[in-house]
Order: sequence, then C-alpha cells, then structure tokens
Amino acid sequence: MVSEPILQINHLTAGYNDAESPVLKDLNFTINQGDFLSIVGENGVGKTTLMRTILRQLKPLKGNVDYFPSAHAVNIGYVPQFRNIDSEYPLSIRDFVGLNLTGFKLPWLSRSERKRVNDMLVHTGLQDLANRPMGQASGGEKQKAYLAQALVEEPDLLILDESTASLDPVSKNELLNLVEEINQKLQVTVIFVTHDIALAKKYASKFLLLAPGTYVSGNIDELTNDKVWGMMESHV
Amino acid sequence: MFNFEFMQNAYLAATVIAILCGIIGVFVIARNMSFLTHTLSEIGFAGASFGVFMSWPPLNGMLLFTTVSSIIVGQLSVKPARRENVISAISALFIGLGILFLSLSNKNASYATNILFGSVIGISRADVWQISLLSIVVLAVIFVIFRYLKFDSFDPVGAQVKGVNKQILSIVFLILLAFSVSVAAQIVGSLLIFILLTIPAAVAKYFARTVGGMMLLAVIIALIGVWLGLYLSYVTNLPVSFFIATIEALFYFGALLTQGSQKSV
Ligand SMILES: Nc1ncnc2c1ncn2[C@@H]1O[C@H](COP(=O)(O)OP(=O)(O)OP(=O)(O)O)[C@@H](O)[C@H]1O
Ligand SMILES: [Mg+2]
Repeated sequence: MVSEPILQINHLTAGYNDAESPVLKDLNFTINQGDFLSIVGENGVGKTTLMRTILRQLKPLKGNVDYFPSAHAVNIGYVPQFRNIDSEYPLSIRDFVGLNLTGFKLPWLSRSERKRVNDMLVHTGLQDLANRPMGQASGGEKQKAYLAQALVEEPDLLILDESTASLDPVSKNELLNLVEEINQKLQVTVIFVTHDIALAKKYASKFLLLAPGTYVSGNIDELTNDKVWGMMESHV
Repeated sequence: MFNFEFMQNAYLAATVIAILCGIIGVFVIARNMSFLTHTLSEIGFAGASFGVFMSWPPLNGMLLFTTVSSIIVGQLSVKPARRENVISAISALFIGLGILFLSLSNKNASYATNILFGSVIGISRADVWQISLLSIVVLAVIFVIFRYLKFDSFDPVGAQVKGVNKQILSIVFLILLAFSVSVAAQIVGSLLIFILLTIPAAVAKYFARTVGGMMLLAVIIALIGVWLGLYLSYVTNLPVSFFIATIEALFYFGALLTQGSQKSV
C-alpha cells in the first residue's frame, strides 16, 4: 500500500508577529496517513509553535500547510502541553471527556454520544475512575483523560505535545501503548512531541529533529543520540 | 401571606430569578467572573438611577447600562493582571454616575434604597411578566450555545484547541450576564445581586461532579434562599435582602466547613 499524505508542510516559516525573527524557517515536510511521527528538539526550538501552526491557531508567516483530502476534512485532536486543572476542579473525568462533543445540539449527550465517551474511557483504562473529579486525578490519570477527550471526536490526526513529560516510566509506557494501539487499530496519524529519545525510538516510525535554524527528518532508526547531540552542539 | 397579591408577585419573581441565577451562576464561577458580576451590579445601580432620572422604569435603565458596559468590557482585551484595576475604575465611575442621576432626579431617598436593596412591595404582575420573559430569553440562548459555553467555561484550553470562537462566546455570555443582573436586581437590589449569582454556584461546585448537577444544586440553594428570605421578611418586616444574604452566606460557610473536614480525613 502506498501511503497517502495527510499533511504537507511547504517552505513554512512560522513564529509570532511580535518576534524579531521567526521561530522556524523554510521547513519542508510531509506526514503520511498512519504515520507515528516523533518531533524532538531542545526547549524553545519551536515544537509547540509548529503544532499551533498545524492547528491553524497561528498563521504561517511564509509558506503553507496543506491538508489532505482537504483542510476541512482533517479532524485534528490535540493534547496541549499545558492545562489549567487545579485540585478543586469539579467535573468528573467522564464529564471532562464529554466536553469535546460540541455543536449546536441539546445540552445533554445523546445515547450514542454517551456510548462514545464510555468507549473512550474503557479504551484509556479510566472506566473505574470515571466519576472521580478531575481535580483529584493523578498526573497520569489526567493525561489519559486529556487523551480520551481528544479521541472522543474521532480525530484523523492526534497531536501529543509532551504529554508524557511529567509521568513516571511505567505510566509513560502505558500511555504510549495506548497511543500505539490507537495508531494501529484506528489508523489515526500521531504526532508525538517529546524530549525522550528512547521513547521516540520505541514507539515512533518517523522523526523530525528540530534545531535552531535547521532540521533533519527520516525513519526512526536513523535517529541516533550522536545525531541529536551533533545537531545541538553545532549551534552552541 | 399568599392572600396578598404583592407577596404572590414577589414569590413568582423570586422563583424565576433564583432559577436564572443558579444556572448563569455556574458559568460565572467557572469563568472566574465573580468580580465582574459585582461591578455589573454597580453599573446596574447607575442604570436604574438613570432610568429614574429619565422617568423610565428602572429596569430599562439597568438593561441599557449593563448591556452596553458588558460589551465594552468584552472588547477590552486587557491582560488579566490589569483587568481587575480597569474594572474597579469603571465601577467607581458608574457608582458616581448613579449618585449623580439620583440627585438630579429629585426623587426621595427611599427610591435610592429600593434600587440598592430591592423591594418586595414594589413588584407588580406586569413586572413578573417582564422578568419571566427576559429570563426565558436568557435561558433559551444558554440552551442553544450550551455545549460551547460549557466547553469554554470548564476547559478553556481544550476549547481553544477545538477552535471555539472565544471572543463571540464571551461577549454573548457577558450580555446574558448583564440581563441576569438587571433582572435579579428587582428583588435583591443591585447591591446584593452578586450574592444570588455567585454563592449558590460556588457552593454547588463543592458537591456536584457534572455541570447539570451543579446547575440543579445551585438553583435549589438559590430557591431556598429567596423563598425562606421572603417568608422571614414578611414575618419580621425586615429587609428581604438581609435574609437572602444571610442564608446564602450560611450555605457558603457551611460548604467550606464540610469541605475542610472532608479534606483532612
Ligand atoms: N505567544 C508567543 N509570543 C511570542 N513568542 C513566543 C510565544 N510563544 C512562544 N514564543 C517563543 O517562540 C519560541 C519557540 O517556542 P515553542 O513554545 O514553540 O518551543 P518548544 O520547542 O515547544 O519548547 P519546549 O520544549 O520548552 O516546549 C521560543 O523562543 C518562545 O519564547
Ligand atoms: Mg512546547
């Protein structure tokens, strides 16, 4: 099977209007349907900026991002790097996951929507905790709930922005096993932003390594520690 | 007590207002808008005295002032850190204006206390209809935008990712809040509206786990406050807003206490 692209990044220059210089320059890159892509790079190199550009929260300064078959047809689920859920946050995990089912519809969820929420809770192993307030969930449980919330809308592309950063090694693997299963069974394309090279190598099929002013991409087995350190050091 | 038409009217109006405030309040609390609600009630005072000055019904003046100012506040995309100061300045300005209009209108001081503290006797059957109609409009809009409002209020980061139009949503909500403030002021007065708009929902947040549950609980707490408050006011001849404020405050402190003991277990 020849893989079809889902996203094509053409001569993309991205960043913030008020910044003196763009964060990313002349980036060219294709993501195919079903890819599990890992994006690595040091703090501040522009990973989140790239994700926000893909999500159309930021306009490209130059170049463009093409979506296939069309921009409207690609449903993107995003688990952002930061979220403000404090310990007094009242909603149950179940209600939190259901928030993503929007539209000008009846306030309460339909039977089929409730089933979708439930399926995702089962999928992410949260069914026993479904009625616990989000504020009382552990860091790992929260991450799973964020994932379930993003998945409940059945995205074609799932973006995880350092979703594993605060997790212990066991929970990290647990979460990524889940993502791997979703990638393989549901054919959801995954972009996984991380600092953990070992984790990227274990789960991803491709990589994009960002460094200030430059980047490399390829199949995951070409991603070596030497390469990462080489790229970073050449800019120190 | 229900033999008197003014008590019937007061109970009807209070019931509608409690339902409205309980529901809107859940979003006020989730969106951290208690402070702004307080300011809107002061703006409502200015609007009501402007109404009196113009020889309009006070409610119309309130609706005008609170709606216009909530649109202005919605447009001020100032940084959150500076927002409270800006709002304080706006509210100072409006209290000043309220006092000015009242003194220009040559109405006696009891008119001012009615606006500030609400009044039970002053509510006619026509007022009840107007209050109900406005409340139905507000609740109907909430019904239509419910899922977006809920997402944006309870998970702003997630809603932004989803591309929910925050700007439009927050202006629509501010206008709904302005309407609610004006309506609620009819019974508790502009000084104490924020009590019905914030405390029942704040208490409900401690005990409910779903948005629907929070609304139900907030409505119940608001209803207990106004029903009991009206009764006590009737029996003792003391101001109804005093009783409502006291009952709601007791709910809040009670919730804090039970919450505190739960956490230490
Ligand atoms: N809203 C903003 N306005 C202006 N500049 C910004 C904004 N957000 C981020 N930046 C800048 O853009 C650059 C890239 O930031 P970005 O968040 O994309 O980095 P990152 O690779 O995700 O880093 P990290 O690994 O720490 O998450 C940084 O220099 C940052 O200071
Ligand atoms: Mg980042």
